[in-house]
Amino acid sequence: MDILFFKVASFLYLFGTLAYLAYVFFLKRVLSRVAAAIVSVGFAFHTLAILTRYFEAGYTPVTNLYESLSFFAWMMIGLLLVANLKYKVRVLGSFLTPIALILMLFAFALPKEIFPLAPVLKSFWHPFHVIFAFLGNAIFTLTFCFGVMYLIQEHQVKAKKMGAIAKRLPSLNLLDDLSYLSLKFGFPLLTLGIITGAVWAEYAWGRYWNWDPKETWSLITWLLYAALLHQRMTVGWRGRKAAMMAIVGFVAVLFTFLGVNLLLPGLHTYSKWQ
Amino acid sequence: MELLVIGLNHNTAPIQIRECLAFPQDRLGEALSKVHALASVKEDMIVSTCNRVEVYASTRATEKAIYDLKEFLSQYHGISLKEFEKSLYCHVGEEAVRHIFRVASSLDSMVLGEPQILGQIKDAYDISQQAKTSGLILHRLLHRAFHVAKKVRTETKIAISAVSVSSVAVELAEKIFGTLERKTVLLIGAGEMCELAARHLVSGGAERILVANRTCERAVSLAQEFRGEAIPFEDMAQGLKKSDIVISATNSPRYLIEQDQVTRVMRDRKQKPIFFIDIADPRDIEPNVGDMENVYLYNIDDLQKVANENIKDREKEAQKAEAIVQDEVVKFVSWYRSLDVTPTIVALRKKFDEIRKKELEKTLSLHPDLSDKEKKSLEALTSAIINKILHTPITLLKQTNEEAMADLYLDALQTLFGLPGKSLEAFFEKCEEGKEKEEANFEDAF
Repeated sequence: MDILFFKVASFLYLFGTLAYLAYVFFLKRVLSRVAAAIVSVGFAFHTLAILTRYFEAGYTPVTNLYESLSFFAWMMIGLLLVANLKYKVRVLGSFLTPIALILMLFAFALPKEIFPLAPVLKSFWHPFHVIFAFLGNAIFTLTFCFGVMYLIQEHQVKAKKMGAIAKRLPSLNLLDDLSYLSLKFGFPLLTLGIITGAVWAEYAWGRYWNWDPKETWSLITWLLYAALLHQRMTVGWRGRKAAMMAIVGFVAVLFTFLGVNLLLPGLHTYSKWQ
Repeated sequence: MELLVIGLNHNTAPIQIRECLAFPQDRLGEALSKVHALASVKEDMIVSTCNRVEVYASTRATEKAIYDLKEFLSQYHGISLKEFEKSLYCHVGEEAVRHIFRVASSLDSMVLGEPQILGQIKDAYDISQQAKTSGLILHRLLHRAFHVAKKVRTETKIAISAVSVSSVAVELAEKIFGTLERKTVLLIGAGEMCELAARHLVSGGAERILVANRTCERAVSLAQEFRGEAIPFEDMAQGLKKSDIVISATNSPRYLIEQDQVTRVMRDRKQKPIFFIDIADPRDIEPNVGDMENVYLYNIDDLQKVANENIKDREKEAQKAEAIVQDEVVKFVSWYRSLDVTPTIVALRKKFDEIRKKELEKTLSLHPDLSDKEKKSLEALTSAIINKILHTPITLLKQTNEEAMADLYLDALQTLFGLPGKSLEAFFEKCEEGKEKEEANFEDAF
């Protein structure tokens, strides 16, 4: 049942992404509303998918690559809908939905059966660690999108081209402010994600930190964002430097999330548990 | 009744001639009355702006009216007709309708999509209403023109992007800062260009104005105009630190603002962005400054380039606008034609009905013992005969779009049936009392 909901959600995200891309191409406001509506319905199904899986499996469904990808995409889309309500940067969807879609397509190709929970994962800390870490990373995805939009817009203004592209993107100031805002939300969440992970590790494996690839790379990610936050707060880093750093940080997020699982074996690797 | 417009604009006449023929607003009422007094003119309206002078009129004697209006223009302004006749254009009927629709939609303006012309035409129409020189035809025409203008503005992108250097500057500032509220503008130099640019930024929302000029008094007087602050020229660095937008227009032969200075300023500002607009020639601001992070530098040529790009976009949109106008012209003209047909149809029906009633009365009086049912039957019979007879000719009349044929039919009908005059006038006079009927006709035609 949950797999059916997942598939429906994936299709809706596909159409939503196409609608958002059409919006950024044709610049007709109605397209952005249609896209948002499609994505909202997709999100509803996606939520159902996760909830039904939770009830069927009896545990928080973030235990393998399929579930993690789905959960990550779910958080991203949820944040997109929240951002749409609060900040009305319509074009954000055009950047964010393709990323979420890629994750969903990747998940689509993976085995989706529910397995009994591996004993190492049976813990009170599991849902907390997973939610904090994923939420923080999903927020950083928004920071990444704002950074990319900033760089594109800045190039337009500097190159004295105020044409089609410039019209579709919001002001530099707004993009920078939203980038900073999302950073301020994402960083504490990532921090909590790492801390809960360490505490759980102590319970499960008897030590807080073992420098396994996942732990190491999360720390690297954390340090990158800490540096960015620090530079923004003290030296007044803004604009291009901050945007580029947000992009680098997101690459680290992706590597921590996917690269580690696929390339570097260790305790954290989902593949081991299957 | 024919519509006509006679006039000249920025395309057909240089400013010297336009100036001579312009009507000052306070004397417009008097001029309108003078035109109205002409025998050949039924209704009139004058549009007089710095870019055009036009007289709109409705007439039953087109050739005479054109001649009279030209004479009027010549005599009123005391200029011989020879001097401006070749600049005049004259549009009649459908062309006149198309002309005013285009003008109101800003398609005939110097700057496509400019917003002022619509207000100017509305004012001209108001004045003609006060002077009681415009009547039903101009009323309908103008209201339709306003409608078309609004449609063009909302359905095309003709008025969307900035096409003047100052509005481009404001748009750019908004692309950088999001909003101009709570932003500080520094003016270096106190000349006209500075003032103009500042005015635009203030109307865009900028709040604080600082002025720096070598002569203290100039700076102070300009600052006062914007309720801003004058700062000594030597303190310019301090001014830069506090400002988000800097407009420079001095005649200094060297660069006033150089890269090193800006580097320091940016550090002091914690990298808050600055938008430099260099209007001076030779330039006041070192060009490298524009390559720095969070610093944006545009000179006049850059702004003009953006404006030109936007003008090209407007020209593309203008094609869509012309299509909308053409559509509306066809609708209006067809309604206008129906005006001639309707009173004739009404008169025809009336005449037939009078005959029917008279004859029916005669017959009924010869047969006083007819039951009510039988009387009703006769009533129905006679009505049905009349309706059937009239159905085909009336339908044909309504459908005839070609003016020549319609005129022919109308004329024949009126002659053959002895109908009271082909009177658009009579129709309108009736309508003065019964406006609702006229509304219905207008709506029906659409």
